[in-house]
Amino acid sequence: MTHTPVHYAAASGAFSLSWLLIALPLAGAAVLLLGGRRTDRFGHLIGTAAAALSFVVGVVLFAAMLGRSGEDRAVSQHLFSWIPVNGFQVDVGLLVDQLSIVFVLLITGVGTLIHIYSIGYMAHDPARRKFFAYMNLFLASMLLLVLGNNFLSLYAGWELVGLSSYLLIKFWEYKPAAATAANKAFYMNRVGDVGLAIAIMLMFATVGSTSYADVFGAAAANVIGYGTISAIALLLLLGACGKSGQFPLQAWLPDAMEGPTPISALIHAATMVTAGVYLIVRSAPIFNESQAARTVVVVIGAITILLGCVIGCAYDDIKKVLAYSTVSQIGYMFLAVGLGPAGYAIGIMHLLAHGFFKAGLFLGAGSVIHAMDDDQDLRHYGGLWRYMPITWATFGLGFLAIIGFPGLSGFFTKDRIIETAFDKGGTSGYLLGAVALLGAGITAFYMSRLFLMTFHGRPRWSGEGEDARHPHESPPTMTGPMIILAIGSTFAGGLFVLGHSMQNWLEPVAGEGVEGVHTFSPIVLTALTLVVVAGGCAAAWLRYQARPVEATARPDAEVTLVTVAARHDLFANTLNETIAMRPGQFLTRFLVWLDLVGVDGLVRGSAAGIGGLSGRMRRLQTGFVRSYALSMLGGAVLMVGALLLVWGG
Amino acid sequence: MNPANYLILAALLFTIGTAGVLVRRNAIVVFMSIELMLNASNLTLVTFSRLHGTLDGQIMAFFVMVVAAAEVVIGLAIILSIFRTRRSASVDDVNLLKY
Amino acid sequence: MNSVPWLTILLLVPAVAAVVVAALPRRLATQAKQLTLAVTLVVLVLAVLATFAYHPNRAGFQFAQRYDWIPTFGISYAVGADGISLVLILLTALLVPVVVLSSWDEFDSEPDGPSGPSGPSDGVVPGDGGGSGPGGDPGTGGGGTAVLVAAPPAPVVDAAAAPRRSVPVFCALLLVLEAGLVGVFAATDVFLFYVFFEAILIPMYFLIGSFGPAGQQAQRSYAAVKFLIYSLLGGLLMLAAVIGLYVVSAEQLGSGTFDFALLRQLDITPGVQKLLFLGFFVAFAIKAPLFPFHTWLPDAGAQAPVGGAVLLVGLLDKVGTFGLIRYCIPLFPDASDYFAPLVLALAIIGIFYGALLAIGQRDMKRLVSYTSLAHFGFIALGLFAFTSQAGTGAVLYMVNHGLSTGLLFLVVGFLIARRGTADIGAYGGLAKVTPVLAGTMLVAGLSSLALPGTNSFVSEFLVLVGTFTYNKALAIVATAGIVLAAIYVLSLYQRTMTGPITHEANRTLPDLSWREKAVVAPMIALIIGLGVYPKPLIDIVRPTVTATYTDVGKSDPAPTHPVTVQPGGRS
Repeated sequence: MTHTPVHYAAASGAFSLSWLLIALPLAGAAVLLLGGRRTDRFGHLIGTAAAALSFVVGVVLFAAMLGRSGEDRAVSQHLFSWIPVNGFQVDVGLLVDQLSIVFVLLITGVGTLIHIYSIGYMAHDPARRKFFAYMNLFLASMLLLVLGNNFLSLYAGWELVGLSSYLLIKFWEYKPAAATAANKAFYMNRVGDVGLAIAIMLMFATVGSTSYADVFGAAAANVIGYGTISAIALLLLLGACGKSGQFPLQAWLPDAMEGPTPISALIHAATMVTAGVYLIVRSAPIFNESQAARTVVVVIGAITILLGCVIGCAYDDIKKVLAYSTVSQIGYMFLAVGLGPAGYAIGIMHLLAHGFFKAGLFLGAGSVIHAMDDDQDLRHYGGLWRYMPITWATFGLGFLAIIGFPGLSGFFTKDRIIETAFDKGGTSGYLLGAVALLGAGITAFYMSRLFLMTFHGRPRWSGEGEDARHPHESPPTMTGPMIILAIGSTFAGGLFVLGHSMQNWLEPVAGEGVEGVHTFSPIVLTALTLVVVAGGCAAAWLRYQARPVEATARPDAEVTLVTVAARHDLFANTLNETIAMRPGQFLTRFLVWLDLVGVDGLVRGSAAGIGGLSGRMRRLQTGFVRSYALSMLGGAVLMVGALLLVWGG
Repeated sequence: MNPANYLILAALLFTIGTAGVLVRRNAIVVFMSIELMLNASNLTLVTFSRLHGTLDGQIMAFFVMVVAAAEVVIGLAIILSIFRTRRSASVDDVNLLKY
Repeated sequence: MNSVPWLTILLLVPAVAAVVVAALPRRLATQAKQLTLAVTLVVLVLAVLATFAYHPNRAGFQFAQRYDWIPTFGISYAVGADGISLVLILLTALLVPVVVLSSWDEFDSEPDGPSGPSGPSDGVVPGDGGGSGPGGDPGTGGGGTAVLVAAPPAPVVDAAAAPRRSVPVFCALLLVLEAGLVGVFAATDVFLFYVFFEAILIPMYFLIGSFGPAGQQAQRSYAAVKFLIYSLLGGLLMLAAVIGLYVVSAEQLGSGTFDFALLRQLDITPGVQKLLFLGFFVAFAIKAPLFPFHTWLPDAGAQAPVGGAVLLVGLLDKVGTFGLIRYCIPLFPDASDYFAPLVLALAIIGIFYGALLAIGQRDMKRLVSYTSLAHFGFIALGLFAFTSQAGTGAVLYMVNHGLSTGLLFLVVGFLIARRGTADIGAYGGLAKVTPVLAGTMLVAGLSSLALPGTNSFVSEFLVLVGTFTYNKALAIVATAGIVLAAIYVLSLYQRTMTGPITHEANRTLPDLSWREKAVVAPMIALIIGLGVYPKPLIDIVRPTVTATYTDVGKSDPAPTHPVTVQPGGRS
């Protein structure tokens, strides 16, 4: 096999300005953080402007890219030398190509919308300026993540988005739950980061470089051994699982809902949590070489789909349900990209569509929570469609998109995933397809449950009395973004599949999608999926619309074991506590004791030993002259004896 | 004249002196025993001086005498002052200088 | 050769100033502080100028000077700078003025110390009386053992007897310390190095013993004596090894010498090397400190005044790691090879041990001290992985650790100055009351956990990646340590800054003053600046480290499947 170096064009024209994408939000964050309270009054405007300008730059770059021919579209820009130590040369550089520009548009586009939404949502928060500063910081970090042209830049962005996520989860840090959730998110992400870091070290030890061009060149040239490349792929996967809330590192994502709702929409639904999918697609040349790693990816995806779906059915907290829905939807993306070249583009398509509809759903949820005085319990809602028509309509479109209603985004992207899973062939293909299909049905069930319990049925709140609720439609700064996202969730999917546009666009990065042999004809499969989805919706209708909903959940004793398990996150937290936290606490306490008593005890013991010894020794000093004389005599005899032995011998 | 006889005598005197220092309690007697030991060593020095035919040993003996004289002066003064305060010349009664 | 004797100037300016400041009467406290700040700033400027005069790629020592001192034994006053010592001198010159400014008011409100507003005396403040008991501090053991270790030789000033502690003396001690540190990094004569090595103990001993937290005389003198004896023990072992070097040089060169450059060319037999290596190594391992020689550090760190703690952990401890790369590896290459597994094992243990212990602490100063133990594990790991990446990373780590842990100590000091206690339980929810202070702590903490974009990331990743090419398993285990780093930093932040305010006294704490902001601003700027653009520092350090390893016959392992660079093929 011949070595085919990965070629990126040099930056020129509009592309030489690609650093502005990151610099603008970064400058926004810096101004807001350093400016302090002086910028309180107009901070949100600066933040939003920075995001919007970054989006404009993204659009300009996209247009410039469209104007180039296929092979020149990937543009690499060297900014400055970051860590140069002999053989280890790492630069800060940007790679604008078909994949990253798609992410840039998603991040800055959805990001700008959510900035606008937050102006209204956070209007009454005294720390709104800080909120926008952190959001800008997040945008900059996320853009660094997707734009870096080497793995270390990606890693920097990777950890910095973790920081932004941490800062924003604990935004209301006076709430202990928020602070704990933020820490949990950071810790679990760090576990994933360890994997990513080791993967990068392994790349350097193997290839002598961490830049995409070199690593992918070597991977594509097939010079790296199967074991090594599988190890790299699996370590990358560990990182991806941490960031994307995939099994077994999923437990932090639902807790992250302690953050303000716009954050849940932007970071924990649309962008950051999908970074794992980005990482896998970006590293396609590596994953292409390792069947084993891809198998692990699909297995994790499949497990996570079911796990997210099952738990999603059990929660009554609107944001937790959406969070688990995110977990399972990213499971779909992992499933897709784990299928290799056939699925990369489909996974990205679902990612983008999900970015629209899930962000829309979260913003809608935020609008509802806002209207219901920060109550997040589905069982306290009901019949809200009359009071918040725009929220109802936009949320409804997002809901239809996620369950895969014909014609809306999810229909095109999720069905393609199910189809590709079946097309994998063999038993595993059937198994994965069945899981994806089942997941679609359960998704339809719990999303319908969520939708019905929120907007339909009898109101389970009262407009009078002690805790009266006065639901109202949100201000235009909030509904505007929701409408735009609803439009996106409606049409994006169709746009992507129209003439295979997305697949063709991503082909240089993700490779050519192989048109495999269909296990089922697409028509049959679509029909099957629709039947399953309709079944899920019907079940939800019968359970939550035809019958009245109780205002309080039934206690654990009266529900099935599965429900109990699901209510407790399938015991994921219990498991984490048992295998990591408890032993860790015990070990820490033991070591504190050991250090004090053992190690320092040794030090203090030797001091005490010397002290004690001298205490004994001074007893020899009796004060009796004659005993001194005796010891002198003894000493003299000893010396004479020794002399006799040495010389006289 | 056999020098060994003088050496044996000196050794005997030294041993008697040592025993005196160790077993007697009276400070004056202890002192005298010390003098005995010093003089035993003087005798040894002089004997060896004679043996080797040099004067080094005899000079050393004079040094010892001078030191012994000085020692007696200071020592007796100490013993006297102790006796004045404690009404005793026993060395076992003065053991305040201990741990 | 450069004609300006930079190093001697850097050494003399603070030394002379120390004499002047010490001679000032007590009532001229403000003038003493101003003079000290001015002098240390001058030293900083001089150090920066020296850095510009330094040529990174020239081999050997620069700004070198040599004068005979005790010619009979071949001892001379010889100084010189290479990349490693230069950056550490820079760090010294930077941290001392920061410490002077941060301790500005520390001894003005005596005798009850800064805890005055929160309670009538220290006893009332939770964590002072109570903290040493349930917190598991060796307060109980401390009192008892201090007696056993003989009476501490007297620097302890009874707060009741001497109501005010002398500010001029404090300033003079800082200046002496600065001079000593410059000397220890600049010395190129092993005996001179030893003299400075021991000399810096004295000011630090008095800083801990006399200027530590008020009202804790017993613990303070315990910590001071422990620090002194522990360090002296190591120092004496090193003295033996230094004399051993002299003897070997006398055998091989005809006349004995302590000149580092000459000693380096000796051909010492492996057996002798091992003995001499151990002499130096134990001294440096105590100084750094590495597990299990670390137990003096938490005590000294907790009992030193905050400024003293910054200098102790930020600079004095660096003497240990500096010694490892300056003396142990070049002088005893065979022994370094032989003992490398041991050092690496201690380093790995230190990383986890320090981190886990930090998580379990309730006293903030002890917590930060234990985090340092973990960081020194990373430094030792990097030094003994014998690759230029890991070594460069380790030297950078020395500087970065001085910045990040120094800042963390300063922040902790600000908290203690406000509340009068180092007990974590006395805080909580401060982010709302003192947002700038909280933000500063977060930045310091994030640097401590090596977040990309902060200085420590560069050094830590270099250490890890360099170690990885040397030994994969070691690097993988060490990398897992970064999770623990996240835990100790963020749990400290969580327990002090987030949640509801649990103590009424915390409701009215003032945020950072302008003076305090002036202290932290340059530190934060450097933390972020060196994280984004560390190249200038790397360019100074890299040639020296590379030369050090090349001289002992170590070269970087080549990648297994190197990329073939094609013209225009790489981007």
